[in-house]
This record gives sequence, structure tokens and C-alpha cells, in this order.
Amino acid sequence: MLAWTIYLSFAGALLEALLSKGKAGVARWLALCVAVLGLFCAVGGFVQGMGQGRSVIVDVPWVPSMGIHYLLAADGISRVLVLLTGLAAVAGILFSWNVEHRTNEFFAFYLALIGGVYGVFLSFDFFLLFVFYEIAIVPKYFLIAIWGSTRREYGAMKLALYSFVGSAMVLIGLLAAYSTSGSHSTSLIALAHAGLPVSFQMWCFPLVFIGFAILAGMWPFHTWAPTGHVAAPTAASMLLAGVVMKLGAYGCLRVGIGLFPHGLDPWGWSFLGLGSWRDVFALLALIGIIYGALVALAQTDFKFVIGYSSVSHMGFVLLGLMTLNQIGLAGAVLQMFSHGVIAGLLFAIVGRLVYDRTHTRQFAELESMHLARRLPFAAWAFVIAGMASMGLPGFSGFVAELQVLIGAWIAKPWWTVTAGIGIVIGVAYTWRALQRAFFADRLPTPEEHPKTGWPDLGAITWPEMTGVALLTLTSLAVGLYPRILLDTIEPAVKALLAGGGQ
Amino acid sequence: MNYADLFRITLPETVLEIAALFALIVDLGLVRKAALQMRVAVAALVGVIGCGVAIWSLSMQPTIGLSYGAGSKLILLGVGGYITAAQIGILLLTGVTLLLFTGSVFTRHAGEYVAVVLMSAAGGLLIAAAQDLLVIFIGLELLSLGLYILTAFAKSSAKSAESAMKYYLFGGTSAAFLLFGFSYLYGITGSTNLHEILLQLHQGELYQATPLLNVAVVLIIAGLGFKVAAVPFHLWAPDTYEGAPAPAAAFIASVSKVASFALLIGIATTAVHVFDAPGPSPTEQGAHPGFGGPWMVLLVTLATASMVLGNLAALAQISVRRLLAYSAIAHAGYMLIAVAFFSYSPLSSNAILYYILTYGLTTIGAFGVISVVERATGSDRFDAFLGLHKRNPLLAGVLLVLFLSLAGIPPLVGFWAKFNLFAAVLNLSAGVVPFTLVALAVAMSAVSLYYYLQVLKRAYVMPAVDETPIKAHPVTLVVLVTIAAAVVVLGCVPALLQNWIAGF
Amino acid sequence: MNEATTGFPILTLLTVLPLVGAAIAFFSGKHARVVALVSALASLGIAILIWMCLPMDGSIGMVEHAAWVPSLGIEYHLGVDGLGALMLVLSAIITLMSIDAIQRAHHHPGLYYGLVLVLEAGLFGSFTALNFFHWFLYWEVSLIPAFFLIKLWGGPRRGPAATQFFVYTMAGSVALLVSFLGVFLSTGSMNFIELAQLASTGALEQMVTAHLGRVTIWLAIGVLAGFAVKVPLMPFHTWLPEAYAEAPSPVTMLLTGAMSKMGVYGLLRIALPIFGHQIAQLRTPLLVLATITVVMGAWAAAAQKDLKRVFAYSSVNHLGYCLLGIFALAVPAAGHAAQASQAAALNGVILQMFNHGITAAALFWFIAMIQFRTGGVRGINDFGGLRKPAPVFAGLMGIALFSSLGLPGLNGFVGEFLIFRGVFPLAWVAATFSVLGLLITAAVILTVIQKVFTGPVPQHCTDFPDLHYGERMAMAPIIGLMLLIGLVPQLIVDSVNPTVVNLLAHWRF
Repeated sequence: MLAWTIYLSFAGALLEALLSKGKAGVARWLALCVAVLGLFCAVGGFVQGMGQGRSVIVDVPWVPSMGIHYLLAADGISRVLVLLTGLAAVAGILFSWNVEHRTNEFFAFYLALIGGVYGVFLSFDFFLLFVFYEIAIVPKYFLIAIWGSTRREYGAMKLALYSFVGSAMVLIGLLAAYSTSGSHSTSLIALAHAGLPVSFQMWCFPLVFIGFAILAGMWPFHTWAPTGHVAAPTAASMLLAGVVMKLGAYGCLRVGIGLFPHGLDPWGWSFLGLGSWRDVFALLALIGIIYGALVALAQTDFKFVIGYSSVSHMGFVLLGLMTLNQIGLAGAVLQMFSHGVIAGLLFAIVGRLVYDRTHTRQFAELESMHLARRLPFAAWAFVIAGMASMGLPGFSGFVAELQVLIGAWIAKPWWTVTAGIGIVIGVAYTWRALQRAFFADRLPTPEEHPKTGWPDLGAITWPEMTGVALLTLTSLAVGLYPRILLDTIEPAVKALLAGGGQ
Repeated sequence: MNYADLFRITLPETVLEIAALFALIVDLGLVRKAALQMRVAVAALVGVIGCGVAIWSLSMQPTIGLSYGAGSKLILLGVGGYITAAQIGILLLTGVTLLLFTGSVFTRHAGEYVAVVLMSAAGGLLIAAAQDLLVIFIGLELLSLGLYILTAFAKSSAKSAESAMKYYLFGGTSAAFLLFGFSYLYGITGSTNLHEILLQLHQGELYQATPLLNVAVVLIIAGLGFKVAAVPFHLWAPDTYEGAPAPAAAFIASVSKVASFALLIGIATTAVHVFDAPGPSPTEQGAHPGFGGPWMVLLVTLATASMVLGNLAALAQISVRRLLAYSAIAHAGYMLIAVAFFSYSPLSSNAILYYILTYGLTTIGAFGVISVVERATGSDRFDAFLGLHKRNPLLAGVLLVLFLSLAGIPPLVGFWAKFNLFAAVLNLSAGVVPFTLVALAVAMSAVSLYYYLQVLKRAYVMPAVDETPIKAHPVTLVVLVTIAAAVVVLGCVPALLQNWIAGF
Repeated sequence: MNEATTGFPILTLLTVLPLVGAAIAFFSGKHARVVALVSALASLGIAILIWMCLPMDGSIGMVEHAAWVPSLGIEYHLGVDGLGALMLVLSAIITLMSIDAIQRAHHHPGLYYGLVLVLEAGLFGSFTALNFFHWFLYWEVSLIPAFFLIKLWGGPRRGPAATQFFVYTMAGSVALLVSFLGVFLSTGSMNFIELAQLASTGALEQMVTAHLGRVTIWLAIGVLAGFAVKVPLMPFHTWLPEAYAEAPSPVTMLLTGAMSKMGVYGLLRIALPIFGHQIAQLRTPLLVLATITVVMGAWAAAAQKDLKRVFAYSSVNHLGYCLLGIFALAVPAAGHAAQASQAAALNGVILQMFNHGITAAALFWFIAMIQFRTGGVRGINDFGGLRKPAPVFAGLMGIALFSSLGLPGLNGFVGEFLIFRGVFPLAWVAATFSVLGLLITAAVILTVIQKVFTGPVPQHCTDFPDLHYGERMAMAPIIGLMLLIGLVPQLIVDSVNPTVVNLLAHWRF
């Protein structure tokens, strides 16, 4: 059932591309139906897979001479991330309900992107994974370049090129691993058991890891992220920060750590206190957390704050991956899900609820707009989303970050301390954004100057409310009862750690 | 030598020649009074039929090649294996370029055009099969002379004439170099047969470089490098791609490349299999893939320079034709890596063939799109493509597919071709040099996405200046859509073409 | 330890009820006040029911226990003993009073009452939680509505006041979280009861030292810091005057009546049981700080010109007595007499929590009434001789004021008496200095009475309206309660004392 998520999305994309230009309404509803169906498949697959380990969905030889198979499979991690994609896809469409310009092409690219993402999460053949990974790049470019806002052509090109360079690195790693393992098969499972020599893994791992980590927004390769997010239209930002960055992290986990586990071993010598690639990448992750948070604190554009906060939160995911213990990795996967939902919500509020109405994202201008009075729904939605982003208990971020912190402590205590500082700064910049955008009261209150004609900013539409509700309730549900996801994630993580790559 | 055998082996070439004459006769005799469109269509049809018959005639070829004479074991013209695959490819691509010729208005000499195309194609077939230096040269000249003429065919365009002149001068010089190099090889080894030459070079200590061999190899590489447009012998390419009429440019960009690379594959294969005793299971002691001496080093240098210069120069272009030219240089660079690191098994030759065939197809499609846009807007600058998605969505879709395939985006065939090629190189040896080359190639591919996206950006993203719909000739449109569909299908199911090539 | 939920999950019901009420209130617009009143009354009813059903022996009753995220030691664990139940009743009463005090919210009444009810839920939750995760969740949950209540309906300087409130309390929460993280990493448990048991045998310190090094003292300081900000303990109190002054008076009632008690409750439920030994080690500096809180709180109150600030600082002073009692308790290896003093002090602390809550809330209620009548004027010098135009008002407020002063016969006296009764033998230096606080407080209260109620009546006060029927009915039970507890304190002490004995038996210093 999970494979249908991919096929439905691509079929939907094709149908959308064939729709005639004027039918915006049809395009929207078609896209929504496809996405909702995809979500059903994702949920169905998730429920079906509960309690099971890795299950193979499709295994068809594709290019037999090279041992390449069209191999789709899912374990706990894949199912959780597919679920995330389903949710983000539906939410993104709801928040794009007001796109009027070339609507069918918008949704065509959107669904193609979603299809590619589903494909990555479900592929268990390195080549197939790479194919889907690349497929996802081109729709991103067009989504941002055509429907974006600030500096969109630059942002789109930057994102496309960075992603492509990252995938080029992965391709080199793929080719190298394939030939070193004897060129029999590109299945992830086979490559993991191929017994690649440690010296090979030592240089192939960082190559592949960095290639994927570029897309995950690891410092210092993260610079595409703020520009790209800000330039992108709301739905694209939601997908970018919510799901696409998770592609990178998933690649780091599934391919990097799964295929080249010995790449993380100590080198035997240390340089500036770093003795293995694990130390290096953990350090970069920590820098990303702190740097992202600090820079977010200094922004004057609302969306940039969220963009940099994504970099900071992804740092948590990468740190969790580097802990290499059960609890840290489970926390990393949970953080992928949690941040996916929360970042989607934040971008939706900033982009759709606020920017589409106020046409500005600068704090200096938002301050005087008294948004807490005029857009109460947006203000309170942001309060809730902000609390979730800060890591308030009761929301999904708390459990995820707690697990990463504990995992980090087990690995190296000073990691926890540094990451904790990042959380505190996170509270600060979220707070600042909340204050300045919604609750700054520079103008006199309405009681003192009643009815001086606040221009109407447009009522909140039902798609927006549905989208906010969907994402908020998801975060709340996972935050209050994390076991719905942890019960699926933890066995998969255990298997990954034990098998050295399934 | 038996002339009957010669006739049978050169059946395809003969068919093409006959078709060329037939095209001339039909055009000059039968449809003289008709409108230009009709004459062009008829001539193109004759040419396509000729290609079809030639493909069919390939099945009538004998199974072993033509030998020099009774009792000689040396082969003059080969058959089977990569040769047949390359020849079918050449014929198919020629047919497609002729289909694209339909609807062109750049010349009134329809029959002559088709005839020259077919004759050049015959030259290409000859090169693919040739195992003797002189035959190689004959085939090369046959091909090249035709190409010079084709470049100049748009008599009303000054650019066409200028670029043809440049092409001719360059081509003539490099042909001279080639012949000079061949003559040295003959002098060193005493034979003009490839196998014999390579055997002499490898068996004697002549394989260790002598100054004469070095000079010979350099000269030969100069000549061959010109044909494939490798740096630093590429200077003709941008101007020719820009000046030639679009169907001719398509032909140059695809068929001549296929033929040239088939030649290179031939040299490399012969070299690698030079110690093979006739009989079952030869040992895996393939020698170096080329003429020895500085062959490897030169090819690697050429490859690196082509990849780097081709991609970097393409970044600066504002004309789509020149962009395609530089990208062609870059693609030639990728393929040269595989020629330099050539495997004993058919893996490398299959990979190179796969690459050049699909690349040729894609390039023909690209030139097809360019010809339509040029006809409507009068220029091939980037700005001519503004708003293409509104003016002709089908054309824009085709452009999208083709350019993304050239950039190497899955699931299109261009990606698979690259992957296959690099896998073949690394499979042979994963040493530092081949690995670095592959890494460089992948990196340069990443760079190439930028300039392809620039054109696609004009087509899809940027607002249109002029929104009048662009009309394309129905045949052109059908051909283009078929090419795009083929690119997608072959990319999704790469085994199709791969198995077909490997089947020979 | 792993008892499942016994009987009807009444504690969960109590916590969820205000949340449901809040959800209804959000959408009720003008009728939100009615919804809120109904919800608060229902909560009060349930709280009193819980109080009546407490187990006789002072142990934890009405336990609800379910696994939640076992891998992180997180469980859904609720339970109350006398202390907790008393706090539940207190919170319910104060919320009811607070809702009553505001006749109409200026704008967005639905939001206002909804936030108040969410705050109440947070209070209920933190007084019943026995596992760190959801205790912390409710702790944080109560912060957010308080922030918005100040920020959106407060006085002219509400922005900075709200921000300061938030930042301080957040910082304290971070310290709490980090310390508990350390505890969890060492012991694998987040269960308060389990941790208290580990602490009482000394195992906790061993485990912490084994896993993290000699940092138990720092963990204790972290936890103390979190509560010190909330109560507050000087010098972590600086957020308080601004926040209390700028918040609308009904909100101040909640802040001082109930939220500050979260801090004291936390000290009693978490800090003393788990970090008793460390607190005993830090006893002297803590006592010094507590004494300073008492004395300086009163002294600062004396210097204020704004009635709200007077009582804000006075709250600091009164809670200082609680802190005094708590820290004085931490005597290792107490003998029999000392144990009696400990019991007295602890009883006094718990009583003081309840009594101060009622009294302070009542006082701010009266100030709210004053503000409504005079349009926001509440300077101490702006009034005079209110006895004449509003005798009932003066009389009732006078009773509340005297209770705050600690007049015997009113409820304020009982708690303070028991605290001093217990602290004098345990820490006589601190106790002696704290008496100063009593004296200064007396002076402050009497000054207020004199300036506001007695003396000549200025022009603008001559038609100060007296309490009308509804208001008298609202206040009567509270005043009655004050008198009742003052005269018959056994009503509470009898139910609290078993809990006190039980707690002291399990604490090890």
C-alpha cells in the first residue's frame, strides 16, 4: 500500500500538467484528493506495519546486468517519515488554496516533488534512492522560481545547485561503493553486507554524508536554506523545511551510517580534539544549532527567523544521528517528524496567514500593524506553534529534543550542554519574533482610539484553519503520547544499530 | 579480395548511395515544379526510406568481416558487435535528422541536401566498420566533406558560409595531421591494418615510446580530437553549431559524433584484444586500449580539458546553439574518459555506445526545438525562448525533458548514460586517476545544470515578451515528441537499450 | 509503586474540567463569564470532595498511574495528600474569586476567561502530578496564560512587566529542567516518590556521583533556583512588583494567591524530599536569604506609594515566612523535641500557604473594587476616610488587612504562629530577625488603614460607593472563612497534620 503514495503522486502530477489553464478550482481539488489519498495510504501503511520490522514492498529487477533492482521496502523509520510527508503534503495544499497564477502547473510540480520524496523514503536500492532524490530537485527549482517572492530566481538557482552538488557527491560515493563491492548489486541491504574495507569507508562516508548533509542544512553548507526558504512560496517553504531537509537527514542515516558504519570509527589520531568523523560532524551539528539560533535572533524579516530556526533544529537531528545510541537516534528520527510538522506550521503562519495579507515580513512594519487584534487566529496559532518550536512539554518537540539530549549525554556530555544552550537561545528568538510580529503595542489600544478604520485584512479561510488544526493536533498528539511514533521508530533504530545497516 | 564479398559487406553504404542518387533524380526530375515544401518532404521521405532499407540490409551482411585477400587473416572491414550497433544508430539518427529537415525553408536544393546527408552517412558507416588506416581516412573524408557542404547550405546566411569556411579549414588541416600520423604509424610498423599495427607496437619494444611513435600518436589524436570536438581541437564547434542550418547542425552534432566514437571504440577494442588467439576464451590480458606511447595521457588530458572548458565556457553563453556546442565538448570529454580506461569485456564499448546514441538523439531533439523557435522569433538567443510554455506548451515540455536529460537528471536517459559510463570506468580500475576523473566529471555535470536551467528558466519562469503562439510543422512536432518520449522511456527502463546494444 | 488507577480518576477530571470550560469560554463571547463561573464552581465542588475523601493516615490517595513513555521514565502519575488537596481547594477558591472580581473584561472576554481557566488547569495539574514530565508540563502551561493575561489586559507598562515575568520564570524553569535531566540520567526515574525514597536512603547521591560526578549539590541549587524565582526568594524577586502592579488586579489575585504557592508546593513536594541532604548543607545561606526576604519585603512595602505594590511586597514578606519555615526544617538527625518543632513549622508553612492565599487574594479583590470605582486610581495617598462613605467596604477590607497583619483570631495569625513556634527552636537567629518583619508589616498595614480609611474625607471620595449586595455576598464566605480558620484552626490542621507527620517521616536531611 505504501508504494501507492508514489504512484498516486506522479499520476496526479501528470494529470495536473494536462489540465487546461483556466481551471484553478479543479486543479486545487484534484491535488487535495491526491494528497489525501496519499495520506490514507501512508497511514494505512503505518498501521499495517506496526510491530513488523522491515518489509519489502516491491522487488523487480530493473537493470539486471548491473544488479540494480526497483526495490521498495519500509522499516519503522521509513513509515514514520512517509507519514510525515503525507501530512505535510495535505497541509501544504491547504495553505496554497489561494494560488491563482498558473495553478495547475503549481500543483503539478508540487505533486511531482511529493512523489519524489515518497520515493526516497521507500527506496532500498541505492540507485533507486538516488534517482528519486534527484527527481525531487527540479520541481523545487520551478516552484520557487515561478511562484516565490524575495529574490526568487537567485534563491531557486542556489537551492538547485547546492542540492545538485550534494547529490553529485552522493553519486560519486554510490559509484565508488558499487565498484568496490564487486559491482554485483546496488541494493542497500546487499551493500551493507558487502564488507567494504574500512579504509574505503573512511573516505567514502564523509563524502556521502556531506553530500546528504548539504540538503539537511548542516553548517557550513546551510546557506541555501534561509535564502531558499524565504524566496519560496508558502507551500514550498513548508515542504522544503518540513520534508525535503529530512531527505538529507534520512540519507545521512540510511545510506551514510547504514552503509559505511566504520566511517565513524576513531581515526587513531586526533586533530584539535577531533578524533573521528563522528566528532567532526557532531561539532558541525552543534555549531549549526548555536549559529542558526543566534542568527535567527538577529533577523529583521519574520520568515528569515523561521528559516534559520530550521537550520538550528536540523542541527539537533544531525547531533542525534552522531550519538550512535538507541535513544539519540530515536530522538533524531522523532525530531525529523516533529520539526517537519512544526516548521510547516510556522511557515504556513508566516507565509500564508500573515504575509499574504500584510504583504510585508519586516518586523519594523509588522510591529505597528497590531496583528494580535486584527489577525487573532494567526497570533494564537503562532503562539502555539512557537511554544511547540521552543520545545514546550506537551508538544512533540520536547520529547524529541529530550531524547537527543539524553543520547548526546550518553555519548559526550559536553554535547548536551552546548545543545541545551541552543534550546535556550531558541526560546529567545521565538519569543522575540512573537513579540515583535504580533504583540508589540506601539499604537494606542483600540479603546483609546476606537474604530479608526483598521483596514480589513481578510477573514481566515477554512483551508487555513484546517491546515493549522491538522498540524497542531499532530504535534500535540505526538507530544502527549509519543509512543504512537516511538513504538515504530525504536525497533527500527535498534535493528539499524545492530545490523550495522539492516 | 573478392568483389562480391566487398559488395555484400558494404551493402548499407551502397544502399545509401543509391538512395542519394534516387533523391537527386526524384527532385530534379519528378517534383521539379512542385512547391518547396513538397519537394523537401519528398526528398526527406526518399532519404528516410533509404535509411530504412539500409538498416534492413545490415541483416544481409556476412558474419565475418572482409579480409584483405585470400589467405589473409586480417580484417579490412568489420561486422557485428559494436560495429553493427553503431551503424544502426547512425542510420536511425540520419533518418531522424532527415525527418526534421521536413518543413525547412533554408534551401531550395532539397534533393542535393538529402543526397549530401546520405553520402556523409555512408562515410560514417564506413568509419565505424573500418579496420585499416586508409579506409578510415577515406571514410573520414567522405563524412567530413559532406559536413562542410551541409554547413554552408544556407546560402542566404553569411554566418553559414563563414562557419563552413572555418570548419573546412580546420577540418582540412586536421585531416592532414591525421594522415601524417597514419603515415608514421605505417612507417614504424609496416602495415596499415589496425590489428597488425597494434600487434607490432605491443610485441616489439616499440610500445615503449619512441619519439616517432609519440609524434604519430599526437598527430592522430589531433585529427581524431578534431572530429569529436575535444579541447584544444574544439574551436570549430561553436561557430559551426551556430552557423549551420538546424537540421544540418543536428546531423553534425549527432551522426558524425557517433561515427567518430565508433572509430575510437574500434581502435581501443582492437588494442585491448590484440593478444587474443583465435578460438575460445581468450585470456584477460588486454593490453592498453590505444596506440601506446602517450595515448592514455593525451586522452586523459583531452578529457579533463574538454570537461572543464566545455562546461565553464557554456556558463557564459547567451546563444542556445553555442551553449549546445560547448556542452557537446563537455560530453565528449566524459566519453573520452571511458575510451582512455577501456575494458576488456564489452562493458566499456557498450557504455560508450549507449552514451553517444542517446546523446545524439537528445541533441537532434534539441536542435529541432531550436529550429522551430528560430523560425518564429528569428534568433536563438536565450531571450527568444521567453515564455515558451505559453507560446507552445508541447515544445516547452519537450525542451524541458531534453535539457534535463542532458544535465543528467533521472529518470531521463541522460542520467543513466552517465551512470553507466562512470560505472564502466570504475569497474575497470578504481585507482586514483580514474576515480578523480569520474569525480571531476560528476562535479562538472553538477555545474552544467546551471546553464541548462538558464534556458528552462526563460522558457518557464520569466514572463514572456511576445505571447503569440509558435507554430511548428506537424512532422517536426511528432518527431520531437517521439524523441522526448523515448528519452523518458529509455531512462525509466534503461535495460531496453542496454540489452539491445549488448545483443550484438 | 506500580499501582494502577484506583477507582474513579477524579484528579484527571479535576484537571480536565477547566480545560473544557476554557474551550467553551473561548467561543462564548459575552457569556464567557457565566461559563467561567460555572466551571470554577464545579471545580471548587470537586476540590472540596477530594478534600473530604483524603485518606486518614496522611499518605497519598486517589492515585492514578499509567505508563506513558517507559523508555524515558515518563509516567502519568497523579495523587494527592493533605498538602496537595489543600492547594487544590485554595486554587479553586482563588480562581472563583478572581473571576468574580472582574465585572467585565474590556475586550475579548472569551479569551480572558479562557486563559484564566487554562491557568487554573495548570494549577490543578501541578498540584496533583507525581512525575516530573507532566508536572513540568503544567508548570509551563500555567506560565503562558499568565503572560498573556498581563500582556493583553494590563496597565501602561505591561509589556516590560510581562516580558520580565516570562524571562525570569523561564530561566527558573530551565534550571529545573536541567537539574532533573541530571537526576534522570543518573537514576533512570522521573517519579517523585521513587526519587524521594532513593534520597532518603542516600542512594540518590551515590547514583548521581557515580554517573555525573560530585554535582548533586549543583542539581539541588538548580532546583532551588527554579522555585526561588517563583515564590519568590530574594534576590530573585525583582520581576514581582512590576508584574503584580501591571497585571489587572483579578490576575494579581491569581498570581499571588495561587501561582506563588506553586513554588512553595514545589519546595515541599520536590526539593525537600529529593534534595533534603543538600538543602541541609546549604541551610545557613538559605536561611539568611529567607530572613532577608521577610525583612526587606516588609521594609520595601513600607516605602511604596501604590497600593498594589504595597501588597506585592507584602506578599513577598508573607511567603518569606514559608521559606523560613521550610529551610529551618532541614535539620539533620533531629531529636524528639526538634521533630516536634519541625512538625509545627511544617504545619505552619502549609497553613500559611492557604491563609496567605486567601488573604492576599481578598486584599487584591478589594483593590480591584477600588480601581473600578475610581477609574484606576490606587495610590495610597489618593484616599482618605473611606470609612464614612463606605463603611461595609472598610469593615470587610479591614478584616482582611488585619488578617494580613497577623491579628490573633484571624487566619493570618495561625500560620505565622506555628511557623515561629517551629523555627525558634530550630534557627533562633533567623527567627529573631524575622520578627522585625512582623513589626514592619504591622506598621505598614496600620498605615494603609489610617491613610485610606480614617481621617478627613477628600472631595473626590465623598460619593465612593459602598459594596452592593452581590459583592457582599461574594466576599462574605471568604471573610467568614478567615474568621473561622482564625478561631477554629483545627478544621484544617486536623486534616493536614497526618500528612505532615507522614512527610517528615520520609524526609532525610
